[in-house]
Amino acid sequence: MTDQSPKIPQTVPRQSATFTNEINSEIRRAAATGIYDIRGGGAKRKVPHFDDLLFLGASISRYPLEGYREKCSTNVTLGTRFAKKPIELDIPVTIAGMSFGALSGNAKEALGRGATLAGTSTTTGDGGMTEEERGHSKTLVYQVLPSRYGMNPDDLRRADAIEVVIGQGAKPGGGGMLLGQKITDRVAEMRTLPKGIDQRSACRHPDWTGPDDLEIKILELREITGWEKPIYVKIGGTRPYYDTTLAVKAGADVVVLDGMQGGTAATQDVFIEHVGLPTLACIRPAVQALQDMGLHREVQLVISGGIRTGADVAKALALGADAVAIGTAAMVALGDNDPRWESEYNALGTTTGAYDDWHEGRDPAGITTQDPALAARLDPVAAGRRLRNYLAVLTLEAQTIARACGHNNLHNLEPEDLCALTMEAAAMARVPLAGTTWIPGQGGF
Amino acid sequence: MQTFDLEADGLRALNSTLHAQKEHTNATAWEIINPKGSHALAVGVDAPLDITVRGSTGYYCAGMNKLATIRIKGNAGPGVAENMMSGSVIIDGDASQYAGATGRGGTLVIKGNAASRCGISMKGIDIIVHGNIGHMSAFMAQSGNLVVCGDAGDALGDSLYEARIFVRGSVKSLGADCIEKEMRPEHIEILRDLLARGECDADPSEFRRYGSARKLYNFNVDNASAY
Repeated sequence: MTDQSPKIPQTVPRQSATFTNEINSEIRRAAATGIYDIRGGGAKRKVPHFDDLLFLGASISRYPLEGYREKCSTNVTLGTRFAKKPIELDIPVTIAGMSFGALSGNAKEALGRGATLAGTSTTTGDGGMTEEERGHSKTLVYQVLPSRYGMNPDDLRRADAIEVVIGQGAKPGGGGMLLGQKITDRVAEMRTLPKGIDQRSACRHPDWTGPDDLEIKILELREITGWEKPIYVKIGGTRPYYDTTLAVKAGADVVVLDGMQGGTAATQDVFIEHVGLPTLACIRPAVQALQDMGLHREVQLVISGGIRTGADVAKALALGADAVAIGTAAMVALGDNDPRWESEYNALGTTTGAYDDWHEGRDPAGITTQDPALAARLDPVAAGRRLRNYLAVLTLEAQTIARACGHNNLHNLEPEDLCALTMEAAAMARVPLAGTTWIPGQGGF
Repeated sequence: MQTFDLEADGLRALNSTLHAQKEHTNATAWEIINPKGSHALAVGVDAPLDITVRGSTGYYCAGMNKLATIRIKGNAGPGVAENMMSGSVIIDGDASQYAGATGRGGTLVIKGNAASRCGISMKGIDIIVHGNIGHMSAFMAQSGNLVVCGDAGDALGDSLYEARIFVRGSVKSLGADCIEKEMRPEHIEILRDLLARGECDADPSEFRRYGSARKLYNFNVDNASAY
């Protein structure tokens, strides 16, 4: 008689939701090297974002504008509070600060070209002002950072606006980092550093410590530049209500607020993923701070961190921002993480869309590198044109939504135009959960 | 000598007047009276003027100076001569925190004492202090020379790059990666010149030299405890 007993069924091998393959691979990497993981970019984890909001559009209670016939203004003026020469932009989408050093000279030139063609501004970074970017940028914002690399009064005066950087969303509380592979002769000279060292810049400014000091620092910058230039203050998204309040009390013309999806050239992965607030959670507290001081729209608010589409632009403006800034998206428009370089990304152990070892200076697209051969791959004219096209699409998309909501100016978008798909997004954006009148966290609930 | 009464005419008028002076102006000698601790005095000057401030100043006096010689006949507040590019700033009294911060050139002379973080992140400036300096001085100093005729506080030269530090008195403690280095004849000559420019008659042979051990220039996990 043969054994007819059935084989005992086995459960499918179960992966841990806590110790995922990704987590385990990081543990193995850490165990092999003894050092934290460094990368570029912003938070990759899923957080409540603009995708969790929807526009309501017009119907009986509101009437829309003709999409192809009726005007919808996009221009914005930044720096109207104290500066003699505020910045006039055609579109409310600016280019965020990215350093020469982190980016190649060609990439900086392309950013300037694209921004200028689109009628907007671009911004220097933690490495000073290059001729490429000044020469090709009609409107250039000059950053004053803790490191003060390349800082000089001549560049202050030939800037169109000045941005005092307190922090950034990818690493609020952290300083800049540029590893030795990218400290070439030119970068070293601009930063007064030895070639090839790992540059780790300070996280605090060297000559002031608190908001009272910041007020005096801003006074100095205004005096040096004859009170002509708008002074922006850039903060990372952590305590947006209080930080916005303090920046304004210190005298800022413009507050730039960067959420955790905002990119960096390089820092620790643990910093990027675990410090700071999602961009969506930053906007309403900052707007509330401006409103409480009676300065909403008089001090302009620029939002950055994860802006990708015209819908994102429109949503940020509807929540109260005056403009947005893009960094990562601008790099993608230039050619970063383009599938045409897939085989080279594979050779670096990564793939299109996931390449973030910008600090290593081996970017196949020639953007986050100082290698002359790689940098030469990026044609600044063509890349600038792509950026211009992308900026035009962001604007057209935002206009499409604004008209559908019945607005003849992007800045007339308002929270009432929005609803949220999740309770988290509703609470953060302070708009009702879709199909309800409920705004979690408001009215005692 | 042209006299500017800050109390009567105000800060904006002062700085705009100084900024209006061109490189070859005949009006090179200026005197500022009644400074009364005001901030941002004579900032961003870009001409070879000789400016004397009759009294003590607040924050950032002579900030980003180019070409001018600015004399402070009193004490200086925080950030005096910050990010100076060239020229000279001479303080008769003491200087508060961050004196000469991020300075890229020129000479800063402090005839009294300097508080903490003197020469922080300096990038080429020469600083000569006749008295003592406070803690964390020359933090992340990249280039230039810091001369201290008195004593230095805690954590001198922390995370130092290529700046040179000369101290005649005691050093309470050295910061990360800052070490004492041999005082060779060429350093004596460099120091002699610095002391002469700093209006100081100290003997160069009485000083010790400090600089970067350069062990933290490239990250090594074995040095993590130093950070």
